[in-house]
Amino acid sequence: MTNDEIVLAIKDIIATIAPDEELAHLKMDVRLREQIELDSMDFLDIVMELRKRYGVQVPEQDYLELATLDGCVKYLGPKLADKQLKLASRA
Amino acid sequence: MVSLPRVVITGVGLASPNGANLAEFRANLLAGRSGVRKYSIRHVGDTLAGVAEFDALRYQSRKEVRRGTRAGAITIWCAHEALVDAGLAQGRYDSTRDTRYAPERTGVFPGITEHGNVETENQIHEVAQYGFDLAFWSHHHNPRTVANNPAGEATLNLGITGPAYCLGGACAAGNLGLIHGVQLLQLGLIDLALGGGVSESIHTFGIFASFRSQGALASHTDPTKASRPFDKARNGIVVSEGGCLFALERLDDARARGAKIYGEVLGYGVNSDAADFVLPQAKGQAACMRLALSHSGLAPRDVDLINTHATSTPQGDEVEAGAIREVFADCPTTFVNNTKSFIGHAMGAAGALELAGNLPSFDDRLVHPTINVDDLDPACAIQNLVLGEPARVARVDTILNMSFGMLGINSAVVVGRPR
Repeated sequence: MTNDEIVLAIKDIIATIAPDEELAHLKMDVRLREQIELDSMDFLDIVMELRKRYGVQVPEQDYLELATLDGCVKYLGPKLADKQLKLASRA
Repeated sequence: MVSLPRVVITGVGLASPNGANLAEFRANLLAGRSGVRKYSIRHVGDTLAGVAEFDALRYQSRKEVRRGTRAGAITIWCAHEALVDAGLAQGRYDSTRDTRYAPERTGVFPGITEHGNVETENQIHEVAQYGFDLAFWSHHHNPRTVANNPAGEATLNLGITGPAYCLGGACAAGNLGLIHGVQLLQLGLIDLALGGGVSESIHTFGIFASFRSQGALASHTDPTKASRPFDKARNGIVVSEGGCLFALERLDDARARGAKIYGEVLGYGVNSDAADFVLPQAKGQAACMRLALSHSGLAPRDVDLINTHATSTPQGDEVEAGAIREVFADCPTTFVNNTKSFIGHAMGAAGALELAGNLPSFDDRLVHPTINVDDLDPACAIQNLVLGEPARVARVDTILNMSFGMLGINSAVVVGRPR
């Protein structure tokens, strides 16, 4: 997956979890929870979807790495490098 | 005896297999239109069910619907609709906090037959896809399965901060939610109750499988004919989903604000057979009817309409018919009907939905029929059992609503014409 695809992957997961949110204009360097309504249960949903779709395990001590889209790209880049993008949003 | 405040029904919110509001539901009950259809669920395959159609997104965001349970969505729908009907809310999602009732003095009491089976089955199905690795077990499991989930979801959605929890009473539960609301109003602990019952049971394969194993799941080539209480060819229950919550207030409060009054809860009875896990007992049912009459200060002859619990099982219908014949032996103006013949068995919602469907009788003096009785079982014969077509009667001043459940719980509610 390229960095752009990782952003797509994360946005697609968020679209499933938070279907009422507008995601087109999300900024890369601002915390996701400051831009859209995401609570701790939603965040656990993101982690669960990464596990289900890509087999990626995110240990609790690394959760903060996923606070921004930039952080997601940086942290998930090596883990998703050899994975195929899966879009499953039903939003 | 302690004199308690009188409590009245001032709003009805419902979702049934043949109507998402009282007017539509009542029209279909008078027109003989069933809400039972073909249905399929994993592991069980093709079967029949009553499916409640309503626009959940009228009162919930898509995220709320996703995060919550079906029982939660039904409760939220019914709560909003009851408040709107009572003239206490405007019925728009973004205006729910702009209401004419005090959230801290409002209670939410849905009766439930069961809760949590749907989510548990879903999670087991989910982890089975991953070799039962519990890392894939959802963090939503506990909040979705706690026994107060449907009531709690309604409080979150509506901003209600008073007491809210579910009354677990098997298939007698719809009456229990209403009764509990009445009790807290009479104690002065709340000023408004949303009481009734809800059910999401059609989304669990287990309930179908268990009834089938018990030999109590209905089958028929025509879905609309499958639920046929009192008919000789009845062969079991049609499982349905749905809900109904009543807005309940003390009579004085309702009058003071000029509220529309559907009826007054005159009394009720709840008891236990203490006899069998699943089989109903005429003795306990008759005792429950007498309890409700006594609590209401009425004699059997004073009851104008009995809405039966009968679920279309061979044994249950016969037992209930026997109990009614015993208690109402000499009551020539007491009419009897059954709502499950239209909508199947809505489990925890059944008692509340069935009462709601009969409340309009106070105004139109029509008793909706029991449909699908092509060949009345003589063992189920009851005087004035209304079959096939609505009956226009001289008087409907009191309605007795019966609901019974597994483990031998019996409930009865008596509602009187507004006066």
